[in-house]
Amino acid sequence: MEQVLEPIVADAPLLAPAPQIKRVRPAWQISVLTVAVLVLLWWAVTAAGLIQPLFLPSPQAVLRQLWVVSTHGFMDATLWQHLGASLTRIVLALIAAIVLAVPVGIAVGLSPRVQAVLDPLIEFYRPIPPLAYLPLIVIWFGIGEFSKVLLIYLAIFAPIAISTAAGVRAADPARIRAAQSLGATRWQLVRFVILPGALPDVLTGVRIGLGTGWSTLVAAELVAATRGLGFMVQSAAQFLVTDVVVLGIAVIAVIAFALELALRALQRKLTPWVAAQR
Amino acid sequence: MTTTRSAPGSLIVEHVSVQYPGHTGQNAALQDVSLQINAGELVVALGPSGCGKTTLLNLIAGFLQPTRGRVLFDGHEVKGPAAERGVVFQDNALLPWLDVLGNVALGLRLQGIPAAERETRARAVLEQVDLSGFAHHRIWQLSGGMRQRVGLARALAANPALLLMDEPFAALDAFTREQMQELVLTLWRQTGKRILLITHDIEEAVFLASELVLMSPRPGRIVERLSLDFSQRYAGGESARSIKSDPAFIATREHVLAQVFAHRDKKVA
Repeated sequence: MEQVLEPIVADAPLLAPAPQIKRVRPAWQISVLTVAVLVLLWWAVTAAGLIQPLFLPSPQAVLRQLWVVSTHGFMDATLWQHLGASLTRIVLALIAAIVLAVPVGIAVGLSPRVQAVLDPLIEFYRPIPPLAYLPLIVIWFGIGEFSKVLLIYLAIFAPIAISTAAGVRAADPARIRAAQSLGATRWQLVRFVILPGALPDVLTGVRIGLGTGWSTLVAAELVAATRGLGFMVQSAAQFLVTDVVVLGIAVIAVIAFALELALRALQRKLTPWVAAQR
Repeated sequence: MTTTRSAPGSLIVEHVSVQYPGHTGQNAALQDVSLQINAGELVVALGPSGCGKTTLLNLIAGFLQPTRGRVLFDGHEVKGPAAERGVVFQDNALLPWLDVLGNVALGLRLQGIPAAERETRARAVLEQVDLSGFAHHRIWQLSGGMRQRVGLARALAANPALLLMDEPFAALDAFTREQMQELVLTLWRQTGKRILLITHDIEEAVFLASELVLMSPRPGRIVERLSLDFSQRYAGGESARSIKSDPAFIATREHVLAQVFAHRDKKVA
């Protein structure tokens, strides 16, 4: 070490330029404005009596129902119990889907033979609307909680499995070679290179799956449910309690949006290199 | 893994040819290439794109098998990649989910070395490449030159007997490239490792090589071998600028350049 290594560090910036977040803010404000205008329009139309409350209840009526359903409930359950029932179903289905779809996706991605076996199965059922096979599930498994979770699970499984397999297949060959030239075994390649590399795709699969799963929820809760947001909307519609219908739809939308945001935050937390390398 | 007690790291490439499937014989990626890397040598394979120099490195690394001939390392035929032959990649191929230290320690981790020891050893190598302060930086927070130094440190930390470098500085700017060249020579002197470096940069080749191998495309083959001492002079303390402005250096550079064009024109004619 007699010779000093010269200013190798001097010219190198410590941090790569941060992704440009500045520009997003005006867009975000515009989005808020859109929603505000829409609500204002909604209020104006109903306040002027242009549309009967049966068809479109006023924003105030919906807000009032938010309070009433939260405290006194609708159809023997409060809003929180309906929400809890729905969330429990989707969380159970999601856990089951992740536990099964991720290993399946890894196997499909790694082995062309496994892919050949499973691809037709997954691709066959994936495009079928869940409502179409719901009756079959009811015939096979009855009208209990299991059938509802199963329906949602099936909706979530395919996107996660397909996306995981794609992530595994897209593993960077240079990184694989790098690990091999450091002495990695086949299993170590999977553990240290292929799986972490596929994580962004797994999370994207979860995001897409959760979206599909949430939209399947209402279908699942049409079957002999006594609780759940889908059930609440459905029964309110049967009694023409339109403000509860609107309330239910709004809650479903807000939860879906919150899930999406939470998963995006999770992606940023778990796979920060994806955004950084863009 | 014991054979003859020759110094570890002996590499012999014997009459190797590579033909990619679908190519005709004339389009062989490599044709009858023989090469030896002796103890303490820094061999540079220089050639224009398409001359098969990266194919040669991939053969020695074990990523590729020759169509004819064989590659012997420590007396054994190379069958696949192994930790004894470390590789530095052009695009560094680092793992962004690990921090700098995690990347450098990866080879040791794969060998099952305990966490405390691999951290000590990885930190020592980070110091050698002048990145001591960056152990816990993320890869994407580093400049191109720093990433390449992490790639170099990762290969060195696994303590390979032979270090293979595939156009390691091609993507760097001229200033950073010069610094990296000097770093390679410093590490070469400190570790005494055998190094094979692939480049298309003539000045880089002449400056770094103790043995320069000039390659020509279609088919890829060796057209000239030169023993040079500019890297020895740098190791002896002479400055890079003084060496590169020396008439002897310039004459060698121009000679090599003329050879490159001579072999290219021959193909055109």
